[in-house]
Amino acid sequence: MTDIPAHEHGELIDEDRRNFIHIATGAAAFGGAAMFAWVAVDQWNPAADTKAASALDVDISKVPLGSEIRVLIGGKPFFIRHRTPAEIAAAESVDVSTLRDPQTDDERLRPMQNGELNRAILITSGACTHLGCVPVGPAQGNTGEFGGWYCPCHGSEYDTSGRIRKGPAPTNLPVPDYKYVSDTVVNISL
Amino acid sequence: MSGHESSYTPTNAFTKWLDTRLPLVRFAQDTAINFPTPKNLNYWYTFGGILAVCLVIQIVTGVILAMHYEASVDGAFASVERIMRDVPFGWLLRYIHANGASMFFLAVYIHMFRGLYYGSYKAPREILWILGCVIYLLMMGTAFLGYMLPWGQMSYHGSNVITGLFGAIPLIGESIQTWLMGGPSIGNQTLQRFFALHYLLPFMIAGAVVLHVWALHVPGNNNPTGVEVQDVKKDTVPFHPYYTVKDAFAIVIFLIMFAVFVFYAPNVLGHADNYVEANPLVTPAHIVPEWYLLPFYAILRAITFDLGPIPAKLLGVIFMFAAIAVLFVLPWLDTSKVKSMRYRPVAKQFFFGFVAVCLMLGWCGASVPTDPVIKALQGKPTLVVSYTDNGDEVTSEYKGGAEAYEDAKSFMDSLPADASPSLSAVPAPTFQFKHLSLILTFCYFGFFILLFFLGLTEKPKELPESIHKSVLKRHKDADAVATPAE
Repeated sequence: MTDIPAHEHGELIDEDRRNFIHIATGAAAFGGAAMFAWVAVDQWNPAADTKAASALDVDISKVPLGSEIRVLIGGKPFFIRHRTPAEIAAAESVDVSTLRDPQTDDERLRPMQNGELNRAILITSGACTHLGCVPVGPAQGNTGEFGGWYCPCHGSEYDTSGRIRKGPAPTNLPVPDYKYVSDTVVNISL
Repeated sequence: MSGHESSYTPTNAFTKWLDTRLPLVRFAQDTAINFPTPKNLNYWYTFGGILAVCLVIQIVTGVILAMHYEASVDGAFASVERIMRDVPFGWLLRYIHANGASMFFLAVYIHMFRGLYYGSYKAPREILWILGCVIYLLMMGTAFLGYMLPWGQMSYHGSNVITGLFGAIPLIGESIQTWLMGGPSIGNQTLQRFFALHYLLPFMIAGAVVLHVWALHVPGNNNPTGVEVQDVKKDTVPFHPYYTVKDAFAIVIFLIMFAVFVFYAPNVLGHADNYVEANPLVTPAHIVPEWYLLPFYAILRAITFDLGPIPAKLLGVIFMFAAIAVLFVLPWLDTSKVKSMRYRPVAKQFFFGFVAVCLMLGWCGASVPTDPVIKALQGKPTLVVSYTDNGDEVTSEYKGGAEAYEDAKSFMDSLPADASPSLSAVPAPTFQFKHLSLILTFCYFGFFILLFFLGLTEKPKELPESIHKSVLKRHKDADAVATPAE
C-alpha cells in the first residue's frame, strides 16, 4: 500500500485504488467505443436484401439464336449468348496455347443437370477485364474482329467464347457461378 | 498574433456584463478587428478570405438543395431535373453549387501555390499547413461524393472507377470495395451513404477551418518577405479596416468571375454525359473526373508498368495517394531556412516549373492516354499483311499513305487462295499522353526531392532586415523611377 497523506485535511490517497479506477473506467469506455465502432463499420457491408438480390434465375429459352441478352445481377452486367453452330466451331477451333489467357471453350461452360455441356449457351461477365466498361456485342451490331464482343473504351476484342484475343484487357471475360435449374433456366449468382 | 495583448475595453454596462460571462466581443475584437497583420500582404493573401466565402456559399446552397433532392437510384436524376425546371430558383441554386465547387478548388489551388511560393509551411507554421492539407483532402472527398449525387452517367461510372481503385489493394482490396459500395456494385445503398457523407463532410471542413484559423493566429500571418514580424508597431497594421477591405475587394472581383460562370457558362466545367441518367450497361467512352482532380487522375494512369511484385494498377494508386501525402511532409522536406522564394533564385525557377507540371498533368488527365501529344508528329501507320506460306505464318509490311494501301491490296490479291491473307494497320510509334504523364509524374515528385537538396546548396539573396524596411525600400525604388534625379 502506497498510502500518502495529502491535502490539509490529512486524507490518505490510495494511489493503487485510483489507478485501478482510472484504468477500469478507461477500459470500459474504450471497450464500449470499440464495440460501437464495429457496429458503425459493419453496417456498411452488404445488407441481407442486397445479398439476397445477388442471384437470379434466367430463362435461356428466350435468347435469340446468334444474339444475346444482358442481365444485371446486383448491379453487375452479365451476357447470356445463344451461339450459332459456326460460332461454337470458331470457339472450339482456336489453338489454346496461342491465347493470352489459355482456356478451352469447354472449360468456359457449365454442365446441365444431365451432365452434358450446353454448347449453344455461353454465360460470361459483361464487364471488360481491362477497366470494367461494358463491351458491345451482336445486339449492338459490332462483335469485333473475333466475332464475340468488342469493348469501345480501349479496343479489347473477345472471341465467341468470351476469351481475350486483342487489346489491353489482361484476362478472359470471367464465367460467373451458375447452374442449370432445368433445361431452360439457369441460376446465376455473384 | 496570440501574443498580442487584448486591447478591448467594454464601454457600457451590457458589454461589461457580457465580457465576464462570454467574452464574445473581446474575441471578435482581438481576432478579426485589432489582429496585427503584416503590412505587406499582397493580393495572393486574399484567397483565405475568398475560400471562407466559398465554404459558406457551398453549405448554404447545399443545405437548400438537400431539401429538394431525393437520394435514391430511381429518384435522384429526376429530382435534380425537377430542381432545374420546377423548383423556384432551383436552377440558380444548383448552378451556384455546381460551379461553386469549381470556384472553391480554383481558389484553394491558388491559396496552396501561394503558401508554397512564400514558404508559409515552414516553422512555426507546420501545423497550419498540415491542417490546410486536411481541409484539401476533405474537399476532394466531398467533391467526389457530391459528383455522384445527380446519378448521371459520369457520376455512376466515375464513382465506379474511384471505388475500383480500392480493389487494387492486395488481399483486402475486394472486401474494402464491397464495403464501400455496400454490395457487389454501386447501387441505391451506395448513393444513400454518399449523400449522408456529402452532407456531413462540409461541416468537418468547417471544423478544420476553425483549427486552421486558430493555428494561423498563434504565429500570425506569413508575408511575402518571409521575414517574421519583429516590431508590431512598425511591421503590422490592424486587420480591420486594412485587410477586411482588401479581402472584401478581392472577394467582389472573385464573385464577379463566379457569376460569369453561373450565368453565362454554367455547364462549361461539367460533362454533357452527366445529363444522361446512369446506366450500368452503357459505359461512356471517355471517363474523366472534374477538372480539379485531373492531375491526380493523370498520375494514376501514368503508371503502366509492374514494379517487382507490385502490379501496375496498384502502383498507380500508390503514386496517386503519394502525390497528396507528400504535401503533408513538405515542411520537413524543404531544408531551406529562407521562407520566401523571392530570395531563393534557383528554387523560384523550379517553383514555376512545378506549377507548369501541375497544369500539364491536368491536360494529360483530360486526354486519352494513347493519343499523340502533338498530332502533327503522328506518322502514317504501317500496313501489315499476314498470310500463310507453306504452312508458315508470314507477314509483309507496307509503309506510306494511300499508295501503301494499294500495294498491300494488290499483293494480297496476288497471293494464292489458301494463303488466307489479312490486313491490319499498326500505328506509327509516337509520343503519347501516357508517356508525357509519366515524365510529368516524375517531375512532380522530383520537385519535392529537389527542395530537400536545394535547401542545402542554394545561396539565397540577401533578406530584408524587417518587413517595414522592405516596404520602405520598395517605395523608395518606386519613387526613384517616378521622379528621376534632378
